[in-house]
Amino acid sequence: MASSDPSRPASAGLYGRIPPAPGPAGMAARLLELADELRGEGMAVGTSELMDAFAALGHVSWTGREDFFEALAATLAKSQDDRRVLEVVFDRFFFRAAEREAVERGVREGPGREGGDADAAELDFESLRERIRDTLRDANAPEGQLRDLARLAIAAFGRQGEGSGVIGVDVQRIRRTLGLRGEQAGAELPEPDAVPRERLREFEQLVRRELERALIERTEALPPAKPLHELDRALPTGPAQDLAAVHRVVAQLRRRLATQGRENRGRSRSSAIDVRRTMRASLQTGGVPLDLKYRPKRPRRPELLVLCDVSTSVTSASVFFLSVLHTLHDSFRKLRSFVFVERISEVTEVFERERSFEAVSRAIAGDAGVADISGYTDYGRVWLEFLDKVVDDLDPRSTVIVLGDARTNGREPHAAAFGLISERAGRTFWMNPEPKLYWNYGDSVMQVYEPYCTGVFECWTTKQLEGFVNAIADLRPVRTGA
Amino acid sequence: MSSELQSIEETRAGLERAGYLADESTALVSFLAGQLGKPVLVEGPAGVGKTELAKALARATGRKLVRLQCYEGLDEAKALYEWNYRKQLLRIQVEASDAGWQEVRDDIFGEEFLLPRPLLSAISESEPVVLLIDEIDKTDQEFEAMLLEVLSDFQVSIPELGVVEATTHPLVLLTSNNSRELTEALKRRCLYLWLDYPALERELEIVRLHAPDLGDEVARKLVEVVHMVRGLDLKKPPSIAESIDWARALLLLGAEDVDQETLKQTMSVIVKHRTDLDLVAERVGVKLTDGLVGSKPAG
Repeated sequence: MASSDPSRPASAGLYGRIPPAPGPAGMAARLLELADELRGEGMAVGTSELMDAFAALGHVSWTGREDFFEALAATLAKSQDDRRVLEVVFDRFFFRAAEREAVERGVREGPGREGGDADAAELDFESLRERIRDTLRDANAPEGQLRDLARLAIAAFGRQGEGSGVIGVDVQRIRRTLGLRGEQAGAELPEPDAVPRERLREFEQLVRRELERALIERTEALPPAKPLHELDRALPTGPAQDLAAVHRVVAQLRRRLATQGRENRGRSRSSAIDVRRTMRASLQTGGVPLDLKYRPKRPRRPELLVLCDVSTSVTSASVFFLSVLHTLHDSFRKLRSFVFVERISEVTEVFERERSFEAVSRAIAGDAGVADISGYTDYGRVWLEFLDKVVDDLDPRSTVIVLGDARTNGREPHAAAFGLISERAGRTFWMNPEPKLYWNYGDSVMQVYEPYCTGVFECWTTKQLEGFVNAIADLRPVRTGA
Repeated sequence: MSSELQSIEETRAGLERAGYLADESTALVSFLAGQLGKPVLVEGPAGVGKTELAKALARATGRKLVRLQCYEGLDEAKALYEWNYRKQLLRIQVEASDAGWQEVRDDIFGEEFLLPRPLLSAISESEPVVLLIDEIDKTDQEFEAMLLEVLSDFQVSIPELGVVEATTHPLVLLTSNNSRELTEALKRRCLYLWLDYPALERELEIVRLHAPDLGDEVARKLVEVVHMVRGLDLKKPPSIAESIDWARALLLLGAEDVDQETLKQTMSVIVKHRTDLDLVAERVGVKLTDGLVGSKPAG
C-alpha cells in the first residue's frame, strides 16, 4: 500500500490537472468526460445523444440528484442494461470528481470524523449490530442514517486491527463480523437474523464508499478507475442460484425465438406466391394483380438432441443450459436431453416434471443413474452408447448439441464415432463452458472433435448463450468451424 | 407546443388527474418529450401501463390520441397512406371519354384520392395530437427505417404529391416489449423510458385510485399477494391491470379479507396459466393460512 506520504503535494492526483471551473462551461466538460467513460464501458453515446442530454438538462433543475440523473438516463441510456451501466458509472464519476476536488483544495474531514470515533467508542459491537439490523429492516430509514452506521462499523472494525488494505475484502469482513445475512429468496420462514437483500447491498455499497473515501484522504490520491466487471453477466455457477431470475432472462430469449423469421422477410422473402391472396388483392385494382402476395416463410423449428457433461467440473453450466433449453421447449419440435459422465442416460422427463433448479440437480444426481460411477468423463464411450440409443432418430433435420469441456481424462476419444453422429445429424454444435484459451490444454481434446462440428462456441456468459440460441434457431448466419 | 405541461410537477399532477400515477422518471420523461419535441421509447414487461401512459397523456393535455397498432407485416400502405385505387379507377372511367389524359393524371394523384393512415393523419391534423405507436418491436426493420423520417422531421414524402409537413407537433410515444432489439438509428432519435412493476406503496395507490370502495386492509393485502405472486417463477406474472381487475372482483364479491378460500376462488383473475395456478395455490395459499401475509392472521 502507498499508505502515507505526507510530503506529497495535495494536487498530485492520478488524473492530472483539469482545472475545476464551476458553471455551465465546466459542466459541459464534465459531461463529455462522463460520456467518454460511458463509451469506455461499451455504451454507444453519440454526439446526437449528448446534444439531447444538454437540451434536456436545460429543462430540469440541477440541484436535485434524481432529476439530473433521470434526464441523463432518458437521453443517454437506450436500454435497461445501459441504464444500469450509467447508474454505476455516474456514481463513480461524481464521487471521484468530488474527491478529487477535495484533495486539490486540501479539504479534510477533521472534527466530524473524530466525533464519529468518540461515538463509536461508546458502542459495543453487539448494540451496533442491533442498530444496523433494525435500520436495514426499516425501509423508510434515511440514507444519511445508514451512512453514519457504516462509518461506525468501519471505526469499530478498525479498532480490532484486521484491515487487509483491500477494500473489497474489508467490506466482506465487516459484513461477516456484524453477522449480517441476506434473506434467502423463496425461503418459507422469515429468518431471525436475515435482512432484506437489497438493503444489505446498499449498506455494503456505503461501507465501500466510506472505505474508499478514507483511503483517498490518507493517500491524497485517487486510485485508478477500474472498468466494470463482466462478472454480473456471467452464468450462474452455484446450484443455489434462483432459477426464477434465470427464467426471466430466458423469457426474453423465448419471445425473440417465437417471433423469429421476421428478420428473414424483406429481400430474402420466400419465392412461393400465395395465389389465393394475390387474387383477392387484385380485386382492388380491377382484377389486375399489381400486388403479389407471398406465402410467409415458416420459422425453422429444429429437433434437438442435447448431450451434457455433468461431471463435477461442468455440472452447473450443464444443468443450467438444459433448463434453459427446456424453458424454450416450445420453440423446438422435439427436444431430448441426455446427461453423461462415464455413461449416458436420458433425462428429458426430469425436466418436464420439475421446475426448480435444485430439484432438477438432485434428480439428475440421484435417479438419472449417472451418480454411481467414478466421476471421470469418458467421451469415447459416451459416443458409442449414444449412437446405440438414438441412431434411428438421427436424420438431417436433427440438431445435436454437445455441452462439455472435452476433457477425456486420457481415454480414447473415439472421434470416428462422433464423426458418424455428426454425419447422420443435420447439424452438430459443441458448446464449451471453458474460455477458448484453455481449449486443447491438458487433457482437453477439443481439436479432435472440432472438425466434425457445424459450429463450436464458448459458453460461460448469458450473452454467449443467447448468441448460441440465435445461431441454432437460424436467426443469424452460423460461424462454421469445419 | 403543449402549453399545459410546463414543469415536472405539473406533468405529474396532470397525469394524476387523468388517472395515471406517474413515478419520478415517467413524469420527467413525459415533460421532456413535450419540451424537446422528441419521441419517447417506452419499454418494460407486459402490463405495466405503457399504452395507458399514452392515453393518460392525451387526456392530460386534452389532445386527440392517434394510435397505430403494429403487427407483423405492417407496411406503409397501412401505416402512412394509400392511394384509393377504386376511386381512381372510377374517376378514370367517368372521364375517359372526353377529358385529356394529362388532366386526369394530375387529378387522380390529388389529395382527394389519398387515404391517410394513422401516421399521416397524426401529422396533418390541425390540432396537436398524441401519437401512439404500439408494440413497435412487432414490425420488421424496414418499417422502422420508414418511421425515421416521420419521427425526426415530422414529415412524410409522397412521391406523386410532394412532402407533407406537420403543421403541429405531435407528442409521440413508441412502446416495445423488447421482443427484438430495435435499431440504433431509431433509438438515437428517442428519449428512453423503462417502466417496471411499481413498488408496493405505489401499486396500492393505483389500486385505491381505481377501486376506491375497497377496504384499506383488503387492498393492502391484495397488493402484497400480487407482489408475492410476481416473485414466483411464473409463465406470466400478473400485470397492474390484473391487480385492478382483481380488486374490482373482490369488491363485487364483497370479500372482507384475502384468505386462502378467496384466493382459490378468484385466483384466475390474476394468474392465467394452468401450471402457474398450481404453483400459486401451493406457495401463496399456504402462506395465507399461516398468517404470514398482511397485518393480522387470516382464516
